[in-house]
Amino acid sequence: MAPYESDDSTTAVGEVDDLPSGRRKAARYVVPVTVVGVAAATIGLVPAIADSGDPDLPKITAEQLIEKIAQSDVEQLSGTVKISTDLGLPDLGGLGAGLASGAMASGSGDGSSADPSAKLTELASGTHTLRVAVDGENKQKLSLLENASEYSLIHNGKDVWGYDSKSNEVFHGTAEEAKGGQEKQDVPATPKDFAEAALKAVDDTTSVTVDGTAQVAGRDAYQLLIKPKQSGTTVGAITVAVDAKTGMPLKFTLTPASGGAAVIDAGFTQVSFAKPAASTFDFTPPKGAKVTEEDELEGKDGENGSPKSEDELRKELDNEFGKDFGKDFGKELDGPKSGDKLGKAPEGGPEVIGEGWNTVAVFDTGGEGVPSGAEVGGEMGGFLDSLGDKVTGKFGSGTVFKTRLINALITDDGKVYVGAVDKDALVKAADSGK
Amino acid sequence: MSRAEVVRQGAAGEGTRKVSLLWTFGVLRSELLTTFRRWRTLALLAVLAAVPILVGIAVKIETSDGASMGGGGPQGGGPAFISQITNNGLFLVFTALAATLPFFLPMAIGVIAGDAIAGEANAGTLRYLLVAPAGRTRLLLTKYATTMAFCLVATLVVAISALTVGALLFPLGELTTISGTRISFAEGLGRALLIALVVAASLIGVAALGLFVSTLTNSGIAAMATTVGLLITVQILDQIPQLHALQPYFFSHYWLSFADLMREPVYWDDLVKNLGIQALYAAVFGSAAWARFTTKDITA
Repeated sequence: MAPYESDDSTTAVGEVDDLPSGRRKAARYVVPVTVVGVAAATIGLVPAIADSGDPDLPKITAEQLIEKIAQSDVEQLSGTVKISTDLGLPDLGGLGAGLASGAMASGSGDGSSADPSAKLTELASGTHTLRVAVDGENKQKLSLLENASEYSLIHNGKDVWGYDSKSNEVFHGTAEEAKGGQEKQDVPATPKDFAEAALKAVDDTTSVTVDGTAQVAGRDAYQLLIKPKQSGTTVGAITVAVDAKTGMPLKFTLTPASGGAAVIDAGFTQVSFAKPAASTFDFTPPKGAKVTEEDELEGKDGENGSPKSEDELRKELDNEFGKDFGKDFGKELDGPKSGDKLGKAPEGGPEVIGEGWNTVAVFDTGGEGVPSGAEVGGEMGGFLDSLGDKVTGKFGSGTVFKTRLINALITDDGKVYVGAVDKDALVKAADSGK
Repeated sequence: MSRAEVVRQGAAGEGTRKVSLLWTFGVLRSELLTTFRRWRTLALLAVLAAVPILVGIAVKIETSDGASMGGGGPQGGGPAFISQITNNGLFLVFTALAATLPFFLPMAIGVIAGDAIAGEANAGTLRYLLVAPAGRTRLLLTKYATTMAFCLVATLVVAISALTVGALLFPLGELTTISGTRISFAEGLGRALLIALVVAASLIGVAALGLFVSTLTNSGIAAMATTVGLLITVQILDQIPQLHALQPYFFSHYWLSFADLMREPVYWDDLVKNLGIQALYAAVFGSAAWARFTTKDITA
């Protein structure tokens, strides 16, 4: 308001009598232009100034830092997590959503929109804001912030509640007391989940170093840099920022070997280690909400977090890497190395080729593989061809579908090779499998 | 317009240079009276008040057979909060604001703001206003204050109409926030009021833009059409994914962030961004309007 007032008296007298000259006219426009300039400078410079450089912390070795993470006993925390996933999938927009919802509709007739497994796969693409609150082993809450709505997953004692405020639907399941965060089995969401999964993979195929310090969510943190020693993997590097005080991983970044933006970037934007209010974890279904019990869904969907059946996997691939991709992706993170989840799979589960970062999972769908564009014909055919690359090798021929992290080779005889490795490594795996 | 002239000239006649503060208040009061007595303004407010009534009746009819609203599919179509209305009438306030904020409210503001200067010029009353020793700056400030008052009144009209309809058609009581926690009805009312204020503040940017456009032309209709046209253009651009780098600077980008007040705890990030953007638009277009209006040749 200042500019108005300061010039008020002069303009009031001057302007009525005589018209200002062209120069004075132009001079007035300096004010809005200056405002724009100051605003632009503020937007551009303030983050740079606020980023007061890396904090000065005592030197620490990678082993000590990993130990710190392992010993971290953060029982209570609340904070906001921003997670961006950029797998480099073709942006199918409405088409992708249409395919996904079509599959969902046929798969699980009247499933609930508050079912956690359906909801959290949304995290597989784009940028999302999550809120996390933890109070001990028996009380956790994870909320996915959406436009004017929110999806909350609340674990309080025996109960696990999923609440979708948009459709006003409630999902209710039970967890064993003190089992600790059933929800976390589904999809890794907090930086800690990611970091633990990544550290499982640490062995002689991996180099782990401390790469300086950083400020995350206003806290001083060490940066742990995890790099594959092998070539052929699409994983470039994993950076984990670890809170210097508590040993809590605050930020997780996975950059692809091909360079460019991070594939996964999950970090706290705000965090507090104070005890969250008890009311945060209280939940009673609102009046009129549709409540779906877990048991009702089990028959249709199979248990959450259990290995995917072949059929489902195939459907997913046929869906041109629809949204469900996130689940496999989460598993992939659970460790190319550990592989125990994959190993425990019942018959029909995948077979594993290679070791460390170059692990490739093989599924035999027994089917025909992906129809080539020419077979399908028309626009859909061109669409299919644009998604994959044709490759040939000793194994025969097939199609490689690429993302920025996970690649899949589907051979013409219906075998599927999936891994965080590049095209050549997939072909090699396929050749060795023959 | 004749009454407006009489009122204004009366006010101008009484005013002398020494009692300038009181005089400014007088101009503002007469400006408010002329604006809110216009049939056009009253019609706009009536349209805004009708929106929650229509939404409320539609939801009531839709759910009269016991079906729940919006529960039909996982997409849960319709404006935000609509699925909650049947359980708590207070949610009609939020739904109505979410339904009117993208278009009805800013359109009404565009009409009032676009008409502010250009309308006077069009009707030939602008030079009479400037004959009084108020100065153009003060007149402009008065016009802007009036437009902002209209923002607030328009939002409150929607909110109060929605609350009345909600209370008549649906039960009231404790409500569940979108985070799943429960708050008392009194706290819900407090949040509703806060949301109404935030919605009113969200319109500051459009009001400043409309006022600037209004100083560019002598045709009231042209100014209104341009403002509403800009509004629609920005809303469309805000939907184009390729422009995501620009979108945070659109005045309408964070409008729906008012819903964040219904989270527990409240998520302030976007709300603060929204208010910041509105302040920026007010500063830029307010000063641009000032630069234009104080140097303009008044021919009508």
